[in-house]
Amino acid sequence: MPLFSEAGLPASFVALSFADWQSRPEWPAVSLSNTDPVEDLAPHVGRLRLIVLNFPKFSDGRAYSQARLLRGRLGYRGELRATGGVLQDQIPFMLRCGFDSFESEQKGFEEALAKARTLFSVVYQPAEDGRVPASRLRLDHTGPAA
Amino acid sequence: MPDTHFYRYDDYDRTLVAERVDQFRDQVRRRIAGELTEEQFKPLRLTNGLYLQLHAYMLRIAIPYGTLASHQLRKLAEISRKYDRGYGHFTTRQNLQLNWIKLEDAPDALAALAEVDMHAMQTSGNCIRNVTADHFAGAAIDEIEDPRIWCEIVRQWSTLHPEFSFLPRKFKIAITGSPNDRAAVRVHDIGLRLWRNEQGEVGFEVIVGGGLGRTPMIGKTLREFLPRDELLAYLEATLRVYNRYGRRDNLYKARIKILVHEIGAEKMREEVEAEYASIRDSALRLPAETIEAIAEQFAPPVLAERPAISGQVEAERLSNPEFALWLKSNVAPHRVQGHAIVTASLKPAGSPPGDASAAQMDGVADIADAYSQGEIRVSHEQNLIFPHVALDDLPKVYKSLAALGFAEANVGKITDIIACPGLDYCALANARSIPVAQRISTHFAGLAQQHDIGDLKIKISGCINACGHHHVGHIGILGVDKNGVELYQLSLGGDVDFGKTAIGTILGPAVTADKVVEAVDALVATYLDTRSAGERFVDTYRRVGAKPFKERVYAAV
Repeated sequence: MPLFSEAGLPASFVALSFADWQSRPEWPAVSLSNTDPVEDLAPHVGRLRLIVLNFPKFSDGRAYSQARLLRGRLGYRGELRATGGVLQDQIPFMLRCGFDSFESEQKGFEEALAKARTLFSVVYQPAEDGRVPASRLRLDHTGPAA
Repeated sequence: MPDTHFYRYDDYDRTLVAERVDQFRDQVRRRIAGELTEEQFKPLRLTNGLYLQLHAYMLRIAIPYGTLASHQLRKLAEISRKYDRGYGHFTTRQNLQLNWIKLEDAPDALAALAEVDMHAMQTSGNCIRNVTADHFAGAAIDEIEDPRIWCEIVRQWSTLHPEFSFLPRKFKIAITGSPNDRAAVRVHDIGLRLWRNEQGEVGFEVIVGGGLGRTPMIGKTLREFLPRDELLAYLEATLRVYNRYGRRDNLYKARIKILVHEIGAEKMREEVEAEYASIRDSALRLPAETIEAIAEQFAPPVLAERPAISGQVEAERLSNPEFALWLKSNVAPHRVQGHAIVTASLKPAGSPPGDASAAQMDGVADIADAYSQGEIRVSHEQNLIFPHVALDDLPKVYKSLAALGFAEANVGKITDIIACPGLDYCALANARSIPVAQRISTHFAGLAQQHDIGDLKIKISGCINACGHHHVGHIGILGVDKNGVELYQLSLGGDVDFGKTAIGTILGPAVTADKVVEAVDALVATYLDTRSAGERFVDTYRRVGAKPFKERVYAAV
């Protein structure tokens, strides 16, 4: 499957399933299913370089929560890759949840990825991309006036 | 943009809505060009309010917390003329549905909505839906705090939420700021009730896991008292638990109520509280300035106190018996003396409940400008409300409404029926709802008779998904299909009033469409023969039980 990565690890970098990885936790890459407990990675996130999260269907949104826990709660800073049902219209949500690499077979995905960060210039809630929500900008009085 | 007494968009809000319209325009283009399959397009159109119904696309427009300014209602009328068939349907979730939209017109219709700071985002799909509120908010005499302040805060937080746009199933939040709950908070995925504790602080009771549909459930209180500035952290924690653990294997078991039911309220509370403890001190905590800035925009209009009794009203009352009945059923007390809250009935006898033509919408907007500070509300009972009317103006408001056909003195009465669109429009329905409502309201059209029968809520759903809220009707009517024949199941004793919320009990075998009116007639006759002084229909039912009602109905049909 074509890989679109902002993070830079090659597609050949092999991620173990969570079960296999548990028996060799020194390995730097793991692939999680939606039911694998992300919290268990807490002691290892400093060493991990790639975590792959799975979208069994594009309409199954569990990996968004897993991504936010990994980035926000556990402080994971390595590559976070989305695989499975990954379509271009989900990219803005995925970027906000902390994904920086995508496997997708959809035509036009690369062009969509290039545009996705600027599709919405306003966000309403804090997430994992460091963007400042409108409610904060209003307090700073630095944004556009009413 | 004209001044309003509720939240006004700033450039941030306008920019986001405009960018969303552009994004959807591109998605529609790709769908028409065949670059997106219907399966891929479906969640995109749904989260922009576009449904595919039985005969055409339907656009469900968000009316956040049911509040509209007159210029917005005029724009809705204009959109219904330009892109639809010149009418719309107000829904039980305070939205407006246009039933005959063309796919290629949808982006233009959304752009037209954006001109008046409105949108159709998240009125459908498996995301956090448009947030509903008490339709008397800001005017009610019993209000502790205007719930719309919190609805707007939740609206912004939930709009394009990156984590919660692909939930197991839809998610509905309702907020009330009064002890007399008019927002049905116990039958929502999350219901929030503002109340004041013994220390004098105002906070939220957080109720989770209520809902109607195929498995009706009353919500459980997860938190008795939540400080207001922690609302978003608690909501985010609840949604995260639901997004991670809610069932995705079965569409009919995917709502949060099933998760709460299966793991139990205790375990649910533990999970939510643990998650909440991790994020309560995050950027989700609301600064006082943010709350104040939004609250200021909901500052009520300054209304001078006026005499509690109006000479004009008293004179008209004596000379016009219909007006006298209308005062009793359609006019509610206002927090400022000498004023009232007026409900325009969208249920004239024999009409589809909740429908309004473009001309009627314009007429309502004119009345709001002349007599109600330019403001209109949509109630979950599918009526329109003028929240701030001076008592002296009531005769004029009545006359203007009568000219529109919206002055029926039937609010809360047997013909003030809630009905879903049913098989006339909806692809999910098993049976028609609107014609049943029309027949009942025609049969009981006499106003004196309706007022004698008193408060009686009939709610009709055309299928088990329960969009017509039949579970909580004093009389619930559910359309079912049996071997191609439309049958109607009756239930009694449902209620949404706070503290009394109850799911109705099925009376017996379903009846055919042509017998529904006779059956309802038999129920009413039983009540009239059995009631004690001051008892409503539902009170009598609770006192004497189903037996006498059942006997009379099945003798009649």
